[in-house]
Amino acid sequence: METTVQQFPPFRESPAPHGHDSHDDHGHGEHHEPNFWSKYIFSTDHKVIGIQYGFMALCFMLFGFFLMLLMRWQIAHPAMPVPFFGPILERILGQPAAGGAISPELYNSFGAMHGTIMVFLGVVPLAFAAFGNYVVPLMIGAPDMCFPRINMASFHAFFLGGVVMLVSFFIPGGAAQAGWTSYSPLATTIPTNGQAFWLVGMVLLITSSLLGAVNFIATIIQLRAPGMTWMRLPWFVWAQFVTAFILLLAFPPLEAAGVLQLMDNVAGTSFFLPTGLAVGGQLADRSGGGSPLLWQHLFWFLGHPEVYVLILPAMGIVIEVIANNTRKPIWGYKSLVYSVLGVGFLSFIVWAHHMYLTGMGQKIATFFQATTMMISVPSVIILTCMFLSLWGGAIRINTPMLFALGFLPMFGIGGLTGLPLGLAACDLYLHDTYYIIAHFHYVVAPGTIFALFAGVYFWFPKMTGRKMNEFWGRVHFWCSFAFMNIVFMPMFVQGIKGMLRRMSDGGINYSAARVPNAIDALPGTAMQMNGVILWAAICLGIAQIPFIINLFWSISHGEKVGTNPWRATTLDWQTPTPPPHGNFAHEPHVTHGPYEYSVPGAAEDFTPQNAPVEKNATPAPAAH
Amino acid sequence: MEIPYTINARPDTGLYNAKLGIWLFLASEVMLFGGLFSAYILLRVSQPPGGWPHGWLDVRLGTVNTLLLALSAITTLLAWAACKVREFGKFKFFHACTILLALTFLGIKSYEYHDKWIHYEIQLTNGKIADGHLLEKSADFDLAKKTGTVTLHGREVENHSELMDLRSPEAQSAKLDEMTIAAADIKKMENYGPRHNTFTAIYFTLTGLHALHIFGGTLVIFYLWGPGSKLYKTDPERFTNRIEVSGLFWHFVDLVWIFLFPVLYLT
Amino acid sequence: MSELKTAKPHDAPLTGESEPHAHAVNLNSYIRLCAVVFVVVLCTTAAMIATSFAHIGAGNDWTLKVALILSIAVVNAFLVAGYLMHLLSEKKLVYTVLIFTVFFFIGLVGLTMWAMHDFPPGTASH
Repeated sequence: METTVQQFPPFRESPAPHGHDSHDDHGHGEHHEPNFWSKYIFSTDHKVIGIQYGFMALCFMLFGFFLMLLMRWQIAHPAMPVPFFGPILERILGQPAAGGAISPELYNSFGAMHGTIMVFLGVVPLAFAAFGNYVVPLMIGAPDMCFPRINMASFHAFFLGGVVMLVSFFIPGGAAQAGWTSYSPLATTIPTNGQAFWLVGMVLLITSSLLGAVNFIATIIQLRAPGMTWMRLPWFVWAQFVTAFILLLAFPPLEAAGVLQLMDNVAGTSFFLPTGLAVGGQLADRSGGGSPLLWQHLFWFLGHPEVYVLILPAMGIVIEVIANNTRKPIWGYKSLVYSVLGVGFLSFIVWAHHMYLTGMGQKIATFFQATTMMISVPSVIILTCMFLSLWGGAIRINTPMLFALGFLPMFGIGGLTGLPLGLAACDLYLHDTYYIIAHFHYVVAPGTIFALFAGVYFWFPKMTGRKMNEFWGRVHFWCSFAFMNIVFMPMFVQGIKGMLRRMSDGGINYSAARVPNAIDALPGTAMQMNGVILWAAICLGIAQIPFIINLFWSISHGEKVGTNPWRATTLDWQTPTPPPHGNFAHEPHVTHGPYEYSVPGAAEDFTPQNAPVEKNATPAPAAH
Repeated sequence: MEIPYTINARPDTGLYNAKLGIWLFLASEVMLFGGLFSAYILLRVSQPPGGWPHGWLDVRLGTVNTLLLALSAITTLLAWAACKVREFGKFKFFHACTILLALTFLGIKSYEYHDKWIHYEIQLTNGKIADGHLLEKSADFDLAKKTGTVTLHGREVENHSELMDLRSPEAQSAKLDEMTIAAADIKKMENYGPRHNTFTAIYFTLTGLHALHIFGGTLVIFYLWGPGSKLYKTDPERFTNRIEVSGLFWHFVDLVWIFLFPVLYLT
Repeated sequence: MSELKTAKPHDAPLTGESEPHAHAVNLNSYIRLCAVVFVVVLCTTAAMIATSFAHIGAGNDWTLKVALILSIAVVNAFLVAGYLMHLLSEKKLVYTVLIFTVFFFIGLVGLTMWAMHDFPPGTASH
């Protein structure tokens, strides 16, 4: 039943693969092998672009992780030279890393860039652009994305944006230091051009995302194969669809705000600078009349929907992996669809819960609190459907499933700890503490990133025809799971005990050891956790080494498998491996829903979506 | 497999791919300019009374620009209609008009920008303010060294608030003269560029971004009018769709101006 | 290029392409429509300018004037969008996307304005 794996290199311009019959006179003369540049750098094939995005995103994530390690060192051992890397930093960066120790300015720039790189250069490109580009056209039965050349342009805009962000480390004054949120007036008055670089980089990244969003939405609407109705779409596609809409409509106000802040930085305007601003004790030579709050509103108008961009594709991956490894349909497909639409819609009207401390009145704070509480409902519905899908399943444990299962409690913790933050009264205390850091990292790090790991292990066989090593995959999972929790769980405690964010000295100047008579000094236990977190973070980094080695080693030495090793139902697994240019030799005709596993009366325990309809099989129960 | 629905509409949506694509893109552009407009609204509303200027822009030039763009929107539509009925000559004529109208718009805009660039507000050491257009700077003019003179065509006022409402009867009836000011008498000299106040800042940003869109749109239409028009010979329907899609973008840019003009020039 | 110059307006359409008449596009009726739209735009523009210079509303309070002028601008926009962009005859999908977009834009402006003007009693205003 399994077809042999064919190695089709992705040609750039050739149409669907044609037969090698003897009448094909002009066959291979016209379709010469494209050169390296058009095959790997300037490709318009969605699979190549997906892998380009994936590879770059993983590199950026590793770099962002490294920045975090340097920060955690500074927090645990303030002003002490970084072992081994200290002299290297000093040689590369000069004064900010004097003596191999991380100065407060350098700490702030690491903090700002860690956030920016992880969110905009790491998770979004991997979750949305990489997995979305590779998998969505295959899953809907399309030959490629709707606009392949725009797809290529959006990758290159992303690449350029990344270059600009990285280059900013090396300019005089260093990289941006005003947080990934770049609040004015700090972002305009810091004496570095790094902020301007950050803004230019953001404009490039936003452009990349906007072009990608247009592509995804048009592709999903227009290029579904015959028979692929909306309610037969794998939920992964629904998640990417809503994510694309969020990007399309929420990013532009930030791009507008970015242009305005760039004008403030470069042209001397005062869009976000209030009248009477003083910098360094001197009245600033600015017209004033601007509003720092305006930046916050425009930023968070994107900033909140952005977090759903981070989580929805990950949830999509988890659903696919769970369905596949429980050998039964997902529980509550319709609820999942309506919930993801609800999340997408509501995400646009909750943003000011990031701004409860800006002096808002009670009425407006209550409005945002209400919508924030409302949005937790569809999110919980999605998580509940995931849990309920396990019930009665023939659960198959493999590395993707481990990561998908690990996602569930981790996202649960992350989501539940968000509830006190959505309630304005509690948030007054918890805002800008380590509780927040713990909350959002739980959702993104052992949440989204675990789901992304699941996706890598899951789709690796479709991209390469080989499986990643199962033993090292499990080592990767268990070590990551353990150390993620040791890194982030203590931060809830630290936050509740009052440790604030973004303190380059790790809080030592507010600790009971330094100010013994202060009522609210940070207790020794909270300070000691910094040391534990540092060690756990280092171990977490070491735990990624098997993954990196496994990834590259398995490309050429992994266990060879057929075209559908996981015995999955969705269309992406009904193609040759790797899928050729044009994906499908003939347009697939979809006749079944996305999760028809263990259909009573069927010959196999899974029925592919494009399987011919059998007369005697009992149809799968209707989605509820 | 070829990508379907590049020319013919998909039956259940009634759209071909590029048309859906451009409308999605325009939705994002609505949010982009919407973000800028929202900044305008919030900045203006939070000004104290008298803090927002009126009448700083020439309504006549703005009106001409409005009519130019409206006309170009019409020639754009007619260019598409001509393609649809396969009258290539008329298509060429109408889009040539579009391009000329667009370039004229940009020309007038440049003139307006230049006008602001040479319009100075000079705070004098005696507490008064000289306000007018720069005629010339003397060869030895140096503000830091306090040497030389500048010559303005404008007027002198007692305080800054008199400069804010140029629609007021006092401003309308003010006489403009040639004034020569010595550098030694100047406390601060600034032109009506973006940094001058929040109005000029949002004016330059809004109209600048809009002008960039006009420029980009003109480039695309020029390409389709010129080198790109050879697609008409081989695949006229596909070419017509390109004209339609670029036309939609052009109409959107006109739509933005329909709000920019009253908001900046008339209110 | 000479083929383009001599292309006759009533040549048969190229093989395989849809008949121009099938799309019911009559160039002359389009020109008439455009003329009407242009004249209306002229009028609305004149109306906006007149309103701007008229003495409406109390003294220096521009609120009523701004509301009137923007209403006329909306009419103008409706004409361009409705007729020149064919939005009045556009497919439901496009409408739906735009309606959501407008809703989110109103949310952005409205909620931000509300947030910036709702203060706990006694705290600063400007």
